[in-house]
Amino acid sequence: MYRKERSVPLKSSSSALYNNLSVLPLRDKQLTYFAAVHGSSVSLASAAPGGLSVSHRQLQAKEGAGVGCNSSFPFQASWCVLPSRVLLVLTSQKGIQMYESDGSIMVYWHALDGPVTGCQWHLPCLSAGTSSGLVLVFDVPSKGTNITLSEVLEEHRDSITDITSEDGAADLVTADDSGALCVWKAKEEFSLLTRISAFGWTCSSVKLWNGVIAAGYGNGQIRLYEATGGALRATVSAHARWIYALDLAPLTGKLLSGAEDSYVQIWKLSRSPDTGDIEIEHCHSECVTDTQLCGARFCDPEGNSFAATGYDLSEIVRYGQV
Amino acid sequence: MFNKKFMEELFKPQELYSKKALRTVYDRLAHASIMRLNQASMDKLYDLMTMAFKYQVLLCPRPKDILLVTFNHLDAIKDFIRDSPNILNQVDETFRQLIDMYSCLSAGEFQLIRQTLLIFFQDMHIRVSIFLKDKVQNSNGRFVLPLSGPVPWGTEVPGLIRMFNCNGDEVKRAEFTNGGNYISPQREGSFDLYGDRKLHIKFSIKAENAAPNPLAKEELNFLARLMGGLEIKKPNGSEPGFRLNLFTTDEDEEYAALTRPEELSYKVINIQATQDQQQNEELARIMGEFEVTDQPRQSTSRGDDLLAMMDEL
Repeated sequence: MYRKERSVPLKSSSSALYNNLSVLPLRDKQLTYFAAVHGSSVSLASAAPGGLSVSHRQLQAKEGAGVGCNSSFPFQASWCVLPSRVLLVLTSQKGIQMYESDGSIMVYWHALDGPVTGCQWHLPCLSAGTSSGLVLVFDVPSKGTNITLSEVLEEHRDSITDITSEDGAADLVTADDSGALCVWKAKEEFSLLTRISAFGWTCSSVKLWNGVIAAGYGNGQIRLYEATGGALRATVSAHARWIYALDLAPLTGKLLSGAEDSYVQIWKLSRSPDTGDIEIEHCHSECVTDTQLCGARFCDPEGNSFAATGYDLSEIVRYGQV
Repeated sequence: MFNKKFMEELFKPQELYSKKALRTVYDRLAHASIMRLNQASMDKLYDLMTMAFKYQVLLCPRPKDILLVTFNHLDAIKDFIRDSPNILNQVDETFRQLIDMYSCLSAGEFQLIRQTLLIFFQDMHIRVSIFLKDKVQNSNGRFVLPLSGPVPWGTEVPGLIRMFNCNGDEVKRAEFTNGGNYISPQREGSFDLYGDRKLHIKFSIKAENAAPNPLAKEELNFLARLMGGLEIKKPNGSEPGFRLNLFTTDEDEEYAALTRPEELSYKVINIQATQDQQQNEELARIMGEFEVTDQPRQSTSRGDDLLAMMDEL
């Protein structure tokens, strides 16, 4: 179903951090951007189709906007696609930094007392989570650097691990280190719709599709919940080790999961037209030998291709549908 | 090494040591005894220790198992010093401090500790001959990750999908093959002061190249077990102690020192007041704990040398 394609080399290996791969496909430029965190820096690579002609850039996560600042450890680098611009957002121990999409210019930085862990956009805002459980919501204008902190959501008590969003009944889902999930609705302000309790394992990655929440946990399990109401709809004993990444292909409902057990698993989500029940089936397994995966993403919205990173691996492995 | 003040220092919340700092602490630890090593042997010993520990941290089935790894190490140490009640007490005290501080951390917090440790070990791919021989490490320096065996305690064997309706009733079940060959775990390892840790990260380092003068009481020498080939030489001149050579001959050791690749050389810090004040203050404070106040005894029998060394520590 999928076969291995040419890997994209990285200037440095990837660190063992959750969701440690971000992909930005630029269809008009026929390029794909990749970003992965290594220690105190972020490796950016842009590749043409087929993995040929790769160019690189390295970003250091700094404490401030100036030149002689101390470096800090980034947690996540991801592209946020807003209405008229794309920003590369770095969350780190010291705060949050936003760059132009190619990483060339820093547009904004917000220092915090505690580490900022994951982030996600939901037009026209950008949300970022902190290690104390706060969710910061930033208003991002279509041009310029006048980014402002508009809201702070206080519901989680543990470090935020991942945030996901979708236009629909539920707008934002936040996950934390204890495994608790919060579902939010955005009008003028964000309001809490549902809280899904933890069951003893970290939720490292969460995705939203057609009102279905897909969550990956430290015990290797994937759980599907109804976004409105929070009812548990499916449990999958998916991996033999800690799940590090989930991704969804919005046009087809394909889900991928990557874990420390070296496997990427591909699944298909669907909703039965008769009963309204949520279903999930397994489609494909891929093993990256001797590698503990730390990031995995689809490279297109249909899910015809995907990429993955691993701890200590100095490349991005890629697979395409046959 | 287990004395109260030093342990207190270690237990304070602090940033991960830099590679230089850890190597310096290591040098001081090794030389706090009557043991002496040349640069090449010290490098080899340090390589062995870091790669062995990297392997253990990487292969922990659950993040909390890094605590079991530490308990395994302490259990082994207790076995060597079982006839010395003073040191045994210190080790037990360390055990208790570990239990107090770490037993109630969540799995997520242990994973963060493990991820931080993995940052330290990132990009280290030194080939260790014993690991290569046991097929635990590939020729490119990367460790072999098994795709079979028991799943960690708390994880289910992959393969089952369960689907529920809106009332919470299970309405459908499906199975899939995940690719690996996993089985259920048997029992959780013990986190108590005494207990079966049930953690067998499979590697064993056996003594190879039997040294011309084998140790009389090999079980007392923890380092000898790990290093394999160990040659003990009589001290030169009046200097007390013995020199450790991890290579087969002195010539091999010198050659190794000359040909060691630049990127693998450890730059050991010499603590001087003029350099890097803050870093050295911290190190000087830690190093101060290593002062050996008693003069080591001199004796003729090799076995007695080792016993004396253990007594002095």
